[in-house]
Amino acid sequence: MSVTDIHLQEDLAHDDHHDEHHEQGFVSKYIFTTDHKMIAKQFLITGIFWAIIGGGLSIIFRLQLGFPEMSLEWLRPMLGQWITPEGKLDAEFYLALVTMHGTIMVFFVLTAGLSGTFSNFLIPLQIGARDMASGFMNMLSYWFFFASSVVMFISLFLETGPAGGGWTVYPPLSALPQAIKGSAAGMTMWLVSMALFIASSLLGGINYITTIINLRTHGMSFSRLPLTIWAFFVTAILGLLSFPVLLSAALLLIFDRSFGTSFYLSEIFIAGEALPNVGGSPILYQHLFWFLGHPEVYIVILPALGITSEIIATNARKPIFGYKAMIGSILGIGFLSFVVWAHHMFVTGMNPFLGSVFTILTLIIAVPSAIKAFNYITTLWKGNIVFTPAMLFSIGLVSFFISGGLTGIFLGNSVLDINLHDTYFVVAHFHLVMGSASFFGMLAGVYHWFPKMFGRMMDDKLGKVHFWLSFIGIYLVFFPLHYIGIAGFPRRYYSFTSFETFSIYGDLNALVSIAAILTFAAQFIFLFNFFYSIFRGKLAPANPWKSNTMEWTTPRFPGHGNWVGAIPKIFRWPYDYSKPGAKDDFIPQTVPYSHTPESNLEHEEELTKEEDLTGVEKVN
Amino acid sequence: MTGEMEVKNNQVRSMHPQKFAMWLFLVSVVMIFISLSSAYIVKKSVGNWVYIDFPSLFQYTTVVIVLSSISMHFAYISAKRNNIKNIRIGLGITAMLAIAFIVGQFNAWGQLVENGHHFVGNPAGSFVYIFTGLHVVHLAGAIIFLFIVLVKAFKYKVHSKSMVRMEMCTTFWHFLGGLWLYLYLFLIFNN
Repeated sequence: MSVTDIHLQEDLAHDDHHDEHHEQGFVSKYIFTTDHKMIAKQFLITGIFWAIIGGGLSIIFRLQLGFPEMSLEWLRPMLGQWITPEGKLDAEFYLALVTMHGTIMVFFVLTAGLSGTFSNFLIPLQIGARDMASGFMNMLSYWFFFASSVVMFISLFLETGPAGGGWTVYPPLSALPQAIKGSAAGMTMWLVSMALFIASSLLGGINYITTIINLRTHGMSFSRLPLTIWAFFVTAILGLLSFPVLLSAALLLIFDRSFGTSFYLSEIFIAGEALPNVGGSPILYQHLFWFLGHPEVYIVILPALGITSEIIATNARKPIFGYKAMIGSILGIGFLSFVVWAHHMFVTGMNPFLGSVFTILTLIIAVPSAIKAFNYITTLWKGNIVFTPAMLFSIGLVSFFISGGLTGIFLGNSVLDINLHDTYFVVAHFHLVMGSASFFGMLAGVYHWFPKMFGRMMDDKLGKVHFWLSFIGIYLVFFPLHYIGIAGFPRRYYSFTSFETFSIYGDLNALVSIAAILTFAAQFIFLFNFFYSIFRGKLAPANPWKSNTMEWTTPRFPGHGNWVGAIPKIFRWPYDYSKPGAKDDFIPQTVPYSHTPESNLEHEEELTKEEDLTGVEKVN
Repeated sequence: MTGEMEVKNNQVRSMHPQKFAMWLFLVSVVMIFISLSSAYIVKKSVGNWVYIDFPSLFQYTTVVIVLSSISMHFAYISAKRNNIKNIRIGLGITAMLAIAFIVGQFNAWGQLVENGHHFVGNPAGSFVYIFTGLHVVHLAGAIIFLFIVLVKAFKYKVHSKSMVRMEMCTTFWHFLGGLWLYLYLFLIFNN
């Protein structure tokens, strides 16, 4: 009791303090801000910027793949010397495009843009904290990301082009500047940029974990956390454990590139000349890289799954099916993600016995993933579904997660992988299960929490048009790639037209490219909707989706500190939707059991005796 | 510092958030060295490896860093007992020992070169430079932290009621001492 009283007084003291400093300057409010909500918006806007660039790059190489005969002369004003005198795309620049598309999408959009935005925005709001544990570290996290973005962006304009060794930058190709143009200055900048990015991720991740563990409001136990927070929590732990490993890998690569060491290099001839490097092993890099690289794909997808859990339960007006199973499967996926990395390396000549170990471990991931998919579907089952754009995107995510996840079972087999490795089948697999799914999760999150972010509503109709065009478009892009992959076409190849035999999928590739262009174009509907609604959208009601979580108890435009007055206490889990006997079809987490005798279950009736109701108003 | 407390108007459970964040930071440092250690083992098992003559200086620097941990702990206990003078002495000695350690490591690199192990060459030698170099980089960060605490100590801001910084600095310091012992033993036993 005494602790709570002190707590309230402190809160009141804080509010006085808060009012005195209400007018912040432009710089401290919008640029070097320590407010988690503004930092989240900074991550979001930067992420959107990168998504446009990353998507744009993919359109350029899709033109090459779909229409190899087409003259790209009209791109010369933009790409300059990268268009050859014959009006074709430069072959080495094609590799750079593929590399940068991957890097930008995986790290800058779906890691920083997704985790950075929603972890920052939702963690304090949904657990009842005034801000992150360290606002300064949070600010630093964004500005490290910004610096990393600047370096990566500048590398696009180098004379030798940006990095071109694939987003995984395997040595020896990436370690030898003389190998291709894309391994020259562009690769150095790639490594510098990634080092800054890792620093940003670690600063952010440490903050997220600390905040979730230490700054939850009264009553917010781990068993009452929304699944979004659980997902962000496990994501941050994965990042904390895996990004340092990428740093090690990058560090050794930097020394190999710039100082002449031989960690990854051995017995290499370039243009008939032997290099002095002896004793290194390029496979070593792959082990280090994929020890990050595999958890990284879960760093990308888990936040999206968390967001989806929340949105599906809210809009199906039903409790999430299997709350504890959902937490268990998030934890299970998190754990398994660290013991499967070698399934990316089945064809590196590894011991076949080791291959079968990693095959089994990989296939086990199907269990928690299937639990999640099953729980989404059973949550939707017989719900009073409200088809908001956020809900549509969440359902779209579940669809991609299933259809993309199924092909993972093929690829996880070390034997089948001999045939499928590095083909378009892999491209189709991860673009559906990780790329499109988490992209949809991100869009769903934006549509759902836009009213809280900007105090206004996005246009519903435009959102639905955006959804259907994206959903159909993405399947049209990636479904045909499965066939191309099974037929054995390798990824990252500039052209398949040199031999008549290999032109059989020319038409299909053209279809894929047209679909990609239409899907990309559809994103501009979203962009218009987003930026227009920030300024001109309808003002949002306090709780537009009738949701239970506590971010909707803040004012329409929450200030720095989120709640006016004391932080609300939490009395129940976040999924009391359509509870039998209740007046409304939702009971927010802040409503005590003692105020809802009509809908309490037996064990909840017991809890009413222990509830501490100081500072709680009865609302009817 | 356990139990509930107030930090920036938030009710805090179990541990001070900054100290908790410090531990998480240490986790990420551990991951860097674990990954490099396993890279070392994997690389060694592939073959094409050379035997390293370790510099004799490493034995002395090991003693120095253990001593610095003792003096750091002396400063920590003094802070708990509000003995302001001894805090400064303890921190001062620790800083000097740390600098002696770094100078020693640098000279040990010289000995490595004399023994024929250059940074550029067989990875067996390069790894030794990487391990010692990365450790010193972290130690340099710890020394900056130490000086911040030392300045606070001279402003009478380190005492039994204000221990967060001191505790974090001590944790980091002991961690880096332990890390060096681990690295040294790891390198010797895997030679």
